[in-house]
Amino acid sequence: MTRKLSLAVAAGMMLIGSAASAETLRIGLADDPDVLDPDQSRTFVGRIVYTALCDKLVDIDPDLNFVPQLATAWEWSDGGKTLTMKLRDGVTFHDGEKFDAAAVKANIERSKTLPESRRKSEVKSIDTVDVVDPLTVRFNLKAPDATLLATLSDRAGMMVSPKAAAEAGAGLGAKLVCSGPFKFVERVQQDRIVLEKFPAHWNAANIHFDQVIYRTIPDSTVRLANLQAGDLDMLERLSPPDIATVKADSKLQVVDVVGLGYQGITINNNNGERSKTPLGQDPRVRKALELSIDRAALNQVVFDGAHLPGNQFVSPQSQFYNQAIPVPARDVAKAKALLKEAGAEGFSFEMQFPNNPDMTRAAQVIQAMAAEAGFDVKLRATEFATMLKEQSAGNYQATEVGWSGRVDPDGNIHAFATCKGGINDTKYCNPEVDKLLDAARQTNDVAERKKLYASAIEILDRERPIIYLYHPKWIWALSSKLQGYKPYPDAMIRLEGMKKAS
Amino acid sequence: MAETAATVPSVFGLRIRSRAGRRLLRHRGALIGGALIAFFVVLAVGAPLFATHEPMATDWMAVRKAPSWAHLMGTDEIGRDVFSRLVWGARTSLLAGVVSVAFALALGVPLGVLAGYAGGWVDTVISRCNEAVLSCPFLILAIAFAAFLGPSLTNAMIAIGLSAAPIFVRLARGQTLVVKAEEYVDGARAVGLAHTRIVLRYILPNIFPPLLVQSTLTIATAIIAEASLSFLGLGQQPPDPSWGSMLSIAKNFLVQAPWMSVWPGVAIFLVVFGFNLLGDGLRDALDPRGD
Amino acid sequence: MLAYFLRRLVGIVPTVVLVSMFVFALQQMLPGDPALALAGEERDPESIAYIREKYHLNEPIWVQYGYWMGGVLKGDLGISLRTNIPVTELLVQKLPVTIQLALMAIAIALLIGIPMGVLSALKRGTPLDWLANVTALSGLSIPNFWLGVLLILLVSVKLGWLPASGYESPFDDPVQNLKTMIMPAFVLGTAIAATMMRHTRSAMLEVLRSDYVRTARAKGVRERFVILRHAFRNALIPVVTIGTLQLGELLAGAVLTEQVFTIPGFGKQIVDAVFNRDYAVVQGVVLCSSLAFILLNLVADMAYFFLNPRIRA
Repeated sequence: MTRKLSLAVAAGMMLIGSAASAETLRIGLADDPDVLDPDQSRTFVGRIVYTALCDKLVDIDPDLNFVPQLATAWEWSDGGKTLTMKLRDGVTFHDGEKFDAAAVKANIERSKTLPESRRKSEVKSIDTVDVVDPLTVRFNLKAPDATLLATLSDRAGMMVSPKAAAEAGAGLGAKLVCSGPFKFVERVQQDRIVLEKFPAHWNAANIHFDQVIYRTIPDSTVRLANLQAGDLDMLERLSPPDIATVKADSKLQVVDVVGLGYQGITINNNNGERSKTPLGQDPRVRKALELSIDRAALNQVVFDGAHLPGNQFVSPQSQFYNQAIPVPARDVAKAKALLKEAGAEGFSFEMQFPNNPDMTRAAQVIQAMAAEAGFDVKLRATEFATMLKEQSAGNYQATEVGWSGRVDPDGNIHAFATCKGGINDTKYCNPEVDKLLDAARQTNDVAERKKLYASAIEILDRERPIIYLYHPKWIWALSSKLQGYKPYPDAMIRLEGMKKAS
Repeated sequence: MAETAATVPSVFGLRIRSRAGRRLLRHRGALIGGALIAFFVVLAVGAPLFATHEPMATDWMAVRKAPSWAHLMGTDEIGRDVFSRLVWGARTSLLAGVVSVAFALALGVPLGVLAGYAGGWVDTVISRCNEAVLSCPFLILAIAFAAFLGPSLTNAMIAIGLSAAPIFVRLARGQTLVVKAEEYVDGARAVGLAHTRIVLRYILPNIFPPLLVQSTLTIATAIIAEASLSFLGLGQQPPDPSWGSMLSIAKNFLVQAPWMSVWPGVAIFLVVFGFNLLGDGLRDALDPRGD
Repeated sequence: MLAYFLRRLVGIVPTVVLVSMFVFALQQMLPGDPALALAGEERDPESIAYIREKYHLNEPIWVQYGYWMGGVLKGDLGISLRTNIPVTELLVQKLPVTIQLALMAIAIALLIGIPMGVLSALKRGTPLDWLANVTALSGLSIPNFWLGVLLILLVSVKLGWLPASGYESPFDDPVQNLKTMIMPAFVLGTAIAATMMRHTRSAMLEVLRSDYVRTARAKGVRERFVILRHAFRNALIPVVTIGTLQLGELLAGAVLTEQVFTIPGFGKQIVDAVFNRDYAVVQGVVLCSSLAFILLNLVADMAYFFLNPRIRA
């Protein structure tokens, strides 16, 4: 008996010993990623996994400046119609293939032509790609595109092995071959994705884990319990009411950053019959609705004050935020007066919202606040796929919904507010706004872009097809042992420089 | 044989029913169960009288506050009074429980008895269709319903009832098979009694106990299922309260605000317990062999 | 008996086809557009058009069904629209997990529910009976997700006895497998045990009062023998019915419990597939679980016959 026990102890020690030499990082994700192919995937959590699996041409720093990754230098010419990039030397893909200019060309072409590609609209501005020499590549654009670097810092800029892609075609997702610091090992759907260190990576010296395991745990309470029990080392999207719990726990730490997205109320003002309401037709009614909402109280009650109130498509922390239009304070009296002026007192409308706990809470608080100004808001919980359909078909009056956000401000507004925008479900259409947003897309001059966005924000604030309410923070909970984690506004988990203290 | 038939009394006879009523009143469990249910029915009907606060009124200064004199059972995630929501929620939840089970019984029992009694191709058709419905995930049924009928509590009850009905079909069929094999049914057949009479007089009363048990148990499932339907946009929509939805929201605050989940949980337990005790009492009272 | 069994076995085919048609039709009635749901946040019109075309979403429903059925006959259940993983691979991954969890849960339910039911029927009206009833019914009133989270907080976080998650296949690591499966099986099992207990109790009471048990007693047959040989066997009939139904339900996946304990079974899979309108996955999982369910029903009908030979099913 005793001998058995000591044997078991010895075996346990050996396990601990080997764990120290083979360091594993276990990360809890809130959703299950979809297909693991940068050209086909669409989920947020998928991008988190790519951050370890795939290198991009360029990366961002925490202040949203572009920094080298696979491209070491770049240069615009020809009035913003040509982008030339110098590539990193000595980079290989996980299958041993060499990374070079021809690989970049093949990747961009794959994004443009693979029938299953969901990147087509992102790389539309690229006309052709030239291989100047093995380590120099030139992008020839159809028109200047200020968003291109941002695009190349995301999925469209992720480089997959051209050989593997040619062999697997659309089936690449089964075993993705990139050039990132980790390579793919296995995946169990809705459960885990396992990656192991790629020793030949150009930055391998900065990687201190031998294995990364991403585990899907949708319930936020359960995700936290797994971290507390030591079954995870870190988790993404900590639920705001749990922040206090984590802060009180000496074995855990909280890291957060304001994200790039927003949450708000999208109002149907031009999409079919259901837009023909005072709310859809009269900007005064929309203004009254905005004035009835106390953003600070909403944030406090629903999210324990974790997020950042806002009133524009970029957060008040962004350099593109229009400082002349600050977040308005609540003014119930004025809201009532506006409603009266518009002849819409006691106006009733239906607001749909995605059926998750946070949005449900927020919807109920908005309803209560609006009621004090004389709005009768009917709530309708809607399952997400249905909501998308209703919204694009115009079968809604208002939706409490948000946007995950993009590095370039264009990604937060162009497709939503231009007359032909792909996701403009309000069908809001103002040629003036179109002109400003198109112009902002075509210049690389930041000062000029700021001016253009400021003018657009001024008009949008007057007409309010979308009432912006707050900018969610990304909140991570980590074991205190984990060191060197830097939060980025794009919420990607970059593993370089992270390590576990023993 | 005819003698056997005659000795099996009928629950539908008035004389027996009054005797059963007296037996029920003497049954301790039934009394406790009845009292529990009566309590909640009174609570539901008199909700405006008992509630201390408006069930929908939010107080942003009192979010997730522990029970106190101001809020007897504490406040919820956006500062509403849990006690008042519990009282008002009794309306939704009792209704959801009872109506959907009644719907399931009304649909399931006749089909089950028919399948078991008739046998042959009738049994085959009913049983296979029943299996098809049972195999279909509840979620798909529910979302399809939500889309078709539009969101309302009534439709939620129909959806729950429909998805619970196959269990009753199965149970009724299984029990009918047992009873059909009893000698007194053979006897009744031999003397040429009409099928409807045999079913009403002999089959139904004797398949009653397991159905009763299942009904009282399904009430609990139905009350909880209502919450998942309102989540899909089919049932009671927020901010109107129901026990199930209170409970499902509370699970996000299990650590921070345990009172949010304890009270609706206790309420569901008491109602289900009440119905089960009453069910036991009813079965004993209606048992022709009891004394 | 054997002929009946074979006839029923053949009858499975039309039933499964019926189920698949029913589910297919229901899916078409779901609101929302799968192409839209799968196109991603940007909803690129080109991608949407491509998805519609590739998965025949523009065709009439019977043509779509034809494509699917054609694939099934060739052993191809299609691929997941969301992850591009073949549905068959998915079933192979998840079916064993689901079966293991279902069997463990039902075993726990039987082990707790039946003895408790028999005992409380025999000791009817005593404090023991009351205690058994209260325990069983509280098990039923506590939703699974609630008990699950509570157990994790207590057993894994506070006491550190069992891992909160981290499922491993029993063939890779049987100890870890049991450690991660025991809590979810317990949560599922206790809820079902309540139902089993109530049915067993009721059926036992019923049978104990029946004429033939009275006769047996009057004839002086020993009490234990009466209970086991006569009463219990007949009392099992409703328990068999309910047991098969519950097991069938478990085989379709225990959504919330799987989610709380992060067990990679059918439950979460089908919920996600429904929400993402990933039709091929829904069809595949339902096909698989309905087949299991129908087989179970067949077994139940056989069991009726075995328990009470007078029943001619």
